[in-house]
Amino acid sequence: MRTFRYERASTTSGAVALLAEAPHGAFLGGGTNLVDLMKLDVARPDLLVDVRRLTSDRVEELSNGGVRIGAGVSNSQLAADPLIRRRYPMLSQALLSGASGQLRNLATAAGNLLQRTRCPYFQDVTTPCNKREPGTGCSAIEGHHRDLAILGTSPECVATHPSDLAVALVALDAVVRTEGPDGERVIPMTELHRLPGPEPQRDTVLRHGDLITAIDLPPLAFAACSYFRKIRDRASYAFALVTVAAAIDVVDGVVRDVRIAFGGVAHKPWRAIKAEELLRGGPAGEDQFRRAAEAELADARPLAGNAFKVPLARNTMVRTLLELLEGPR
Amino acid sequence: MSTITPRAMGQALDRLDGADKVRGLARYAFEHPVDHPAYLFPVQSTVAVGRITGIDCSQASGQPGVLAVLTYHNAPRLSTEDGELRVLQSDEVAFRGQIVAAVIAETSEIARHAASLVRVDYEGRTHNVDLRAEVPGHREHLRVPNEVLPLFPMDTAEGDVDAAMASAAVRVDEVYSTPWYTHNALEPHTTIACWTEEGCTLHLSTQGVTGIQAGVAQAFRLDPSQVRVISPHVGGAFGSKVYPRADVVLAAMAARSVPGRPVKFALTRQQTFSLTGYRPPTIQRVRLGAGSDGRLTAIDHRSIEQTSKLKEFAEHSTRATPSMYAAPNRGTQQWVAELDVPTPTIMRAPGEASGMFALESAMDELAIACGLDPIELRIRNEPDTHPQFHLPFSSRNLITCLREGARRFGWEQRDPTPRARREGGWLIGTGVAAATYPVLRLPGSKATIRADANGRYAVLIAAVDIGTGTRTALTQVAADALQADVEQIDLRLGDTAYPPAAEEGASAGITSWGAAICAAADQLRQRLATEHGGTVPADGLEITADTPENEYLKQYAMHSFGAQFAEVRVHEETGEIRVPRQLGVFACGRIVNPKTARSQLLGGMAWGLSMSLHEQSVLDLRFGHVVNHDLAQYHISSNADIGAVEVHWIEEDDPYVNPMGTKGVGEIGIVGVAAAIANAVYHATGIRIRDLPITLDKLLPG
Repeated sequence: MRTFRYERASTTSGAVALLAEAPHGAFLGGGTNLVDLMKLDVARPDLLVDVRRLTSDRVEELSNGGVRIGAGVSNSQLAADPLIRRRYPMLSQALLSGASGQLRNLATAAGNLLQRTRCPYFQDVTTPCNKREPGTGCSAIEGHHRDLAILGTSPECVATHPSDLAVALVALDAVVRTEGPDGERVIPMTELHRLPGPEPQRDTVLRHGDLITAIDLPPLAFAACSYFRKIRDRASYAFALVTVAAAIDVVDGVVRDVRIAFGGVAHKPWRAIKAEELLRGGPAGEDQFRRAAEAELADARPLAGNAFKVPLARNTMVRTLLELLEGPR
Repeated sequence: MSTITPRAMGQALDRLDGADKVRGLARYAFEHPVDHPAYLFPVQSTVAVGRITGIDCSQASGQPGVLAVLTYHNAPRLSTEDGELRVLQSDEVAFRGQIVAAVIAETSEIARHAASLVRVDYEGRTHNVDLRAEVPGHREHLRVPNEVLPLFPMDTAEGDVDAAMASAAVRVDEVYSTPWYTHNALEPHTTIACWTEEGCTLHLSTQGVTGIQAGVAQAFRLDPSQVRVISPHVGGAFGSKVYPRADVVLAAMAARSVPGRPVKFALTRQQTFSLTGYRPPTIQRVRLGAGSDGRLTAIDHRSIEQTSKLKEFAEHSTRATPSMYAAPNRGTQQWVAELDVPTPTIMRAPGEASGMFALESAMDELAIACGLDPIELRIRNEPDTHPQFHLPFSSRNLITCLREGARRFGWEQRDPTPRARREGGWLIGTGVAAATYPVLRLPGSKATIRADANGRYAVLIAAVDIGTGTRTALTQVAADALQADVEQIDLRLGDTAYPPAAEEGASAGITSWGAAICAAADQLRQRLATEHGGTVPADGLEITADTPENEYLKQYAMHSFGAQFAEVRVHEETGEIRVPRQLGVFACGRIVNPKTARSQLLGGMAWGLSMSLHEQSVLDLRFGHVVNHDLAQYHISSNADIGAVEVHWIEEDDPYVNPMGTKGVGEIGIVGVAAAIANAVYHATGIRIRDLPITLDKLLPG
């Protein structure tokens, strides 16, 4: 392991200032992913600025009826929060479907969004990887890519984003609040993560030194009946093959509003805009759900080893929406 | 051979070391306190085959805290023909991940970082790591391996299989495959090595201190008495810690390079995937011919698997087949392909676990083809004597296990039609398979018993407890052998300071060590009676005895049997697989400790589920290494995957196997599980999966 400096600031602006002067530094949240990557020599920060106790660790109700999640709230705490469980159950379900109890105790809400892909080649410095070392090539495209992306890939990268939480947040139109060297920003969750394009080394639109301070959830009444479904190779403690986060508002058999996002299929949480548009205002039923899923997945460009994700994503979306129609879980 | 009367044996004693383990007081190898240790970290090759053309250690050596960098240029010369042990002896690279250099430093972090700074240049050659490519038309690369156990020859043949197949009313002829499995013991391979003028001391996580002692002594040209190996507790091994591997030799080499400093070496999880062995992948063809009544006329089982070019290791996947069913025409054949891969090794039920997946899947396919219940099919083919050895079985209760399991599992109500049961989007099926494992006795054990005048007995043997409960069970054996209470026995294991012992493996621990202890106890009681009037003299009495030969081996075939049942649920739309229920009934002779035996069998069944659905080392054919080399990516069943697991056994009284009447419980729990689950998946879905693991993409509707 490389030697690094460890600092703890007393304010968020102090933390941002510390990192602004360290181009190879990083913020440390729960460290459940970053520390692993440092051991593997994948991440090589020379400075860690510990922000775990710096940002808020509270979940608060906002005056507009929404909810603010402090960046330092642990995944366990967030999953168990009564407000979250009542108003946005899919968010709690997403968190509980990830990692293990111990990891959830340590991992923070903001850190969860910034974890890196679990593509095996990204995590192995002895193999080429454009995300880790731009220009070296992608080992996954012609290698082991069973778990990797089917949507929005580029010739440079087929990695997926591993967060389950982010998928639920994208479906809920959440925004992240950041503080950085250039001041404060508010970034919609749908825009936080990027598609790989020719620059797969960049996971998000954040700039160096940007610190996520909070995540805001807008009010969304029908999200009280929402569902997060995770399909994986074992029943627990596995990253997603496919996830679906969904909420649907149906009145008299007609879809008044709907939110759908996929995880495990792309370099970013995949908001199913096309499917939502097709469904909004139309009848709610299995055929419509299936057509909407097929429309969303029409752009899928799977590789030989992950083509199964296309029917899997379709079937999972249809089943998730059907189960929501059947009533609150 | 006389049998001993069970008094302590059969009692569900708590583990003698259980409380210490729970409280963290039981010391594992790496935790042994040593003064001023140095730490080791290896550099592994990044090509699969080739030659090292240059090594630049200057940057690594210059790091503060680095004590030495070992390469083939400066490493001590070793004296061993074992290719896996010849660490840093030449510029040749035989597999990706082979150790090509190593750093010794003041801390493990410094060693690890410095290792990343060692620059190695290679002249790579084209490698071949693909077992599948060996199958069609490349038979020249395949050969029959050397025998592992003389009792079970690699190739067997009786009658005329081809003719019988041609005239059979019902035929099954299918190819099955199993993947590369990696052990992943919770405690990785660890060593603390220390040299003094007298020789070398190794604190080590191993299944056999005596074998390690011999291997290390030979490699360093020492007398075995100059090598002491200590392994009091082991956190899982499963076969991967039977033979000495490169890590042990490297630790000993490193300690010799920094005189006076003990060297600590713990492999990372990633390193264990290339350095500690694995269960080789197999490609198996099974042919079954039968009359329309299901009576077998032909059984043929052929298996191809891989070994390395450094050393031959052949898992005997076809070994169980000749012991299972009656048929006049039978054959088994075993081939290995030598590839540019690390050497495979023993893994729980080596041979039976993979081989019985193929055979027992094929039996299910035959039952369906004949329109017979799979249990009835097995009953119809039950042999009177061992089909290959033509000897009576010392005891054989396969049918009893199947019937008892059927009764407990509720098999009778089963509708054999596939896709007949459905509940809330889940298809439900049940499956059954037979299990077997031979009763083996490994040579080379001695036990010493020291009786003192206060009625206590010290029992010394260099056996090891790899977490199975050996320490407890062997204490129960010793108590009964000495006609004493468990409290009178002070059993000492895990140290070459005690008499030599065979490794913990082949479900032969209790048989091999227990027989030696019984022999020593016998002699002790005789000596006491004839020379001391039945009382222990004031200065005590000590007896050492070997594991005797089993005189009944030529008269009886000796095997454990079992029946595995499983219920599976497959989601109609996602292909997700759940196993809510497993039930096993076993006939393993006398059960020494019902508590630890149950844990062994249950652990085997859980691993069988893991083998069926989750585990698979994914090889990248271009680089030649396992890419999913950590526990996040190499899936082992989680607690949430294991449903209700019922473990039962049949009381057996077998006076021929050994004085305890035991047959071993370590391996058989895993045998047959994969077939039972694959058979249940077929029953649930109508889809026959012949290639493990059974993953949801194979069952996903299009």
